[in-house]
Amino acid sequence: MSELIKGGAYLLGPVEENTVFTPEDFDDMHLMVKRTCYDFMKNSVEPKIDEIEAMAEGVMTGLLREAGELGLLSSDIPEEYGGEEADKITTNIIAECASLTGGSFATAFGAHTGIGTLPIVFFGNEEQKKKYLPGLATGEKIASYALTEPEAGSDALNCKTKAVLSDDGKYYILNGAKQYITNASWADVIVTYAKIDGERFTAFIVDADTEGVSIDPEEKKMGIKGSSTCSVILENAKVPVENMLWEEGKGHQVAFNILNIGRFKLGAGCVGGSKAVLEFASEYVQQRVQFNQPIAKFNLMKNKFANMAILTYLQESMVYRIAGMIDKKLDEVKDSGGDLSDIAKAIHEYAIECSISKVFCSECMDKIADEGVQVFGGYGYGQEYPAERSYRDSRINRIFEGTNEINRMLIPGTLLRKAMKNEVPFMEAVMGLGGTLKQLKDAEMPQESPEREEFYLNNMKTLFLLAAGNAAQKFGEDLTHEQEVLCRLADMAMEIFAAESGLLRAKKILAQGESEESKLVMDMTSCFIHEMVPKMENWAKEVIAGTLEGEEAGKAYSGIRMLTKYEPINTYAPKRNIAEAVYDAKKYFIDRI
Amino acid sequence: MKSIVCIKYVPDTSEAEVKVNPDGKTVDDSRFSFDINDADNYAVEESVLIKEDKGGEVDVLSIGPKQSEVMIRMAMAKGCDRAVRVEDDRIADHDPLMVAKVLAGAIKDKEFDLILTGCWADDYGHMSTGVALAEYLGVNHASMVKKVEVLDGKVRAHRELEGGLMEVVELELPAVLTIQTGINEPRYAPIRGIRQAQKKELNVVSLDDLGIDPAEVGSEASQVVLENLYIPEVESAAEFIEGEPDEKADKLASILVKGGLV
Ligand SMILES: Cc1cc2nc3c(=O)[nH]c(=O)nc-3n(C[C@H](O)[C@H](O)[C@H](O)COP(=O)(O)OP(=O)(O)OC[C@H]3O[C@@H](n4cnc5c(N)ncnc54)[C@H](O)[C@@H]3O)c2cc1C
Ligand SMILES: Cc1cc2nc3c(=O)[nH]c(=O)nc-3n(C[C@H](O)[C@H](O)[C@H](O)COP(=O)(O)OP(=O)(O)OC[C@H]3O[C@@H](n4cnc5c(N)ncnc54)[C@H](O)[C@@H]3O)c2cc1C
Repeated sequence: MSELIKGGAYLLGPVEENTVFTPEDFDDMHLMVKRTCYDFMKNSVEPKIDEIEAMAEGVMTGLLREAGELGLLSSDIPEEYGGEEADKITTNIIAECASLTGGSFATAFGAHTGIGTLPIVFFGNEEQKKKYLPGLATGEKIASYALTEPEAGSDALNCKTKAVLSDDGKYYILNGAKQYITNASWADVIVTYAKIDGERFTAFIVDADTEGVSIDPEEKKMGIKGSSTCSVILENAKVPVENMLWEEGKGHQVAFNILNIGRFKLGAGCVGGSKAVLEFASEYVQQRVQFNQPIAKFNLMKNKFANMAILTYLQESMVYRIAGMIDKKLDEVKDSGGDLSDIAKAIHEYAIECSISKVFCSECMDKIADEGVQVFGGYGYGQEYPAERSYRDSRINRIFEGTNEINRMLIPGTLLRKAMKNEVPFMEAVMGLGGTLKQLKDAEMPQESPEREEFYLNNMKTLFLLAAGNAAQKFGEDLTHEQEVLCRLADMAMEIFAAESGLLRAKKILAQGESEESKLVMDMTSCFIHEMVPKMENWAKEVIAGTLEGEEAGKAYSGIRMLTKYEPINTYAPKRNIAEAVYDAKKYFIDRI
Repeated sequence: MKSIVCIKYVPDTSEAEVKVNPDGKTVDDSRFSFDINDADNYAVEESVLIKEDKGGEVDVLSIGPKQSEVMIRMAMAKGCDRAVRVEDDRIADHDPLMVAKVLAGAIKDKEFDLILTGCWADDYGHMSTGVALAEYLGVNHASMVKKVEVLDGKVRAHRELEGGLMEVVELELPAVLTIQTGINEPRYAPIRGIRQAQKKELNVVSLDDLGIDPAEVGSEASQVVLENLYIPEVESAAEFIEGEPDEKADKLASILVKGGLV
């Protein structure tokens, strides 16, 4: 197996296609789990969608229970505690499928299996794991995760909930209020946080039936209406001391490490949601006749379907690539005898990629859901068809698991922190910029795919280094306050990761032999990269204009011009073909199932 | 009870557009997803239910390509015990008699009480493989079975006839039953079963391994020649009924009666 690629290192040099995992690498086990999960969603969950959305008593918990019996809730739980202990590819497949019927089930499922259960998996002690995990694995018990408070949203550590040890030393007495807690109304187990004596931020496992714990009425939400979101009130809640999770004052380790996994799984969920839109929308436009023909035939419709397919392809390529990276890292930790909390920390290596997955996929999903409404015309605005629901459901993904703004700040922020600690050779790469630009002067632009796309991609990485390097040199530590710069750097880093994930996958598919499919995936990648270059050029200029002045700026602009030289291609023709492929399959046409 | 369930790997033609290749004899399957034939899925479930009720074992038998192993393992993940996959491109697989002959050849040396097949396959829709298999093996059969009761040395099969009528027959074992969809509610394969299925025995055999003479099951032996495949033209015959409302109602009623629709 190839050596481990460090988190964020993809920005600093080329990546070899055989080091990335793609859905074409699914083994039989993966395909079988996908089949089970897909069938379960289509046959057991989808028919109940109206009941779910109306929050009919017992429906969601019943479905979670059924999912639990199939093992779909426990891919991350070790076997010794009743789980399936599968790899992260499997976890990703399940998270993707769980979103096929909309956001309500996906959210309830995600909060239970992810942020609800994982803190105990990774940070629980032996007794806690034995006590809680078997029930959570089967869905007999439902978990929720209560971090957010009225005054602690994005600023999660600004926690006002207080814990005080009881006089007899047997309990912590918790007081405070948590809000927007998914699964709250049907949860049995609540993982929450409080500051001991108002100081030491600490995680706790709270049984929902604990004296002093109460649940407020449901929030009235825009979407995911079938999921439960309530405030959890802790009023002298007596939590046994043995329910303290991990170490006193180390709650932040639990909170932040769990979020990484939540973020990459949220990306997988968006993949499922996007595929669902492609499926129902491609069916509709081939039925709907206007101007004497199915509206699918209009080229503008085709263009939309191609764009939706491209964004789905990139999301899918990205999330399975990340899952593959994490699996390799976890194998390494296990081989070296690390325990479960080491695993959570190891995943932190890929914090940048996890944030990218969260932001890029949630924004793709939103664009796709929006076009989903559009292609239905007036019918898309009504509740008779699923387009309207998916549009409302999609919106939350940009808000929870860390808002997209917070995650955007984290992407370059984490990279620069790693650079300072010499974990990635960012500064060396920036130093080498001059040489790279000089070489580029005489470089010929390749005319064939994939060499042409590789050429652009390498230039885009250099462009990122130019923008990030200048910003880092100019602002130093103060760069954290230059949020507009950070946001653009994040945008650039995300586009590069997406384009590269698509390109590496296309190359792997091509290596299996030329086919209609290999041509389509290369076309999808090529269209995206050609549209990306001018966008990246503008962003880089914007960063430089906000950072440098005069001669310094001029020098940077000339570098930008060299790096963004490109020849436009006709994207209309390949996009029409891509749309035809969607129409023929009546779904995302390279789904591996 | 020793059961054998025969399953087929077929394209899902419900989702993607069916296109005939330029040769006029094959279908472009690049856009289809393949999976177990619908009726066979019910046959698998029924065989596992019988095993759970009466004890015993279930073997899976399938003629198909390497890619179909996921489908075969799925049957084992639901409770079947072992499997044989026959792969040989000399089999004239468009002819159900040839297919049945190969299945019979793969079964003849095995002990069995019951063989379950689907009542028809979603691809060619011959509805004859299971029945032909019973003939080749020289055992009893019942087709279109919607309910099975295993008795002592016998099986009672409820056969679905036209118009919802049921015929109940009793057969001496061993026997072949061709299973109708809707007989049960097929389960999902749990992840634990999926994991166990990776370790179950799956033998891949050729005609030579089975001691079957290719000449007897190949296109030379087949009486069926596949000449041409085509997509039927969509025809629409609409009749507009004119007149006052009660005249219209009379006319409509008589059309429905004449057509045998009421
Ligand atoms: C349906 C739903 C389910 C949820 N489920 C859970 C759950 O199960 N458990 C849980 O603990 N929480 C949950 N949440 C809470 C969710 O995680 C928070 O809403 C989210 O973290 C944002 O916090 P906030 O709502 O207080 O917004 P704020 O933090 O007030 O943010 C408002 C805006 O300000 C921006 N902003 C904030 N800080 C900065 C900054 N430093 N720089 C730039 N911009 C900034 C944000 O990006 C955002 O655009 C849920 C929320 C919803 C709506
Ligand atoms: C809330 C609401 C209020 C309304 N109020 C009124 C009202 O007061 N009076 C009234 O008369 N109507 C009203 N409408 C109807 C509205 O004007 C139509 O929904 C709208 O014109 C779109 O038509 P459609 O829904 O049939 O979509 P379609 O025409 O089926 O369009 C579906 C998709 O196909 C695309 N498309 C269609 N033709 C082409 C083409 N030639 N080339 C490329 N793309 C094409 C469209 O752009 C769209 O994306 C209302 C609709 C809504 C939802």
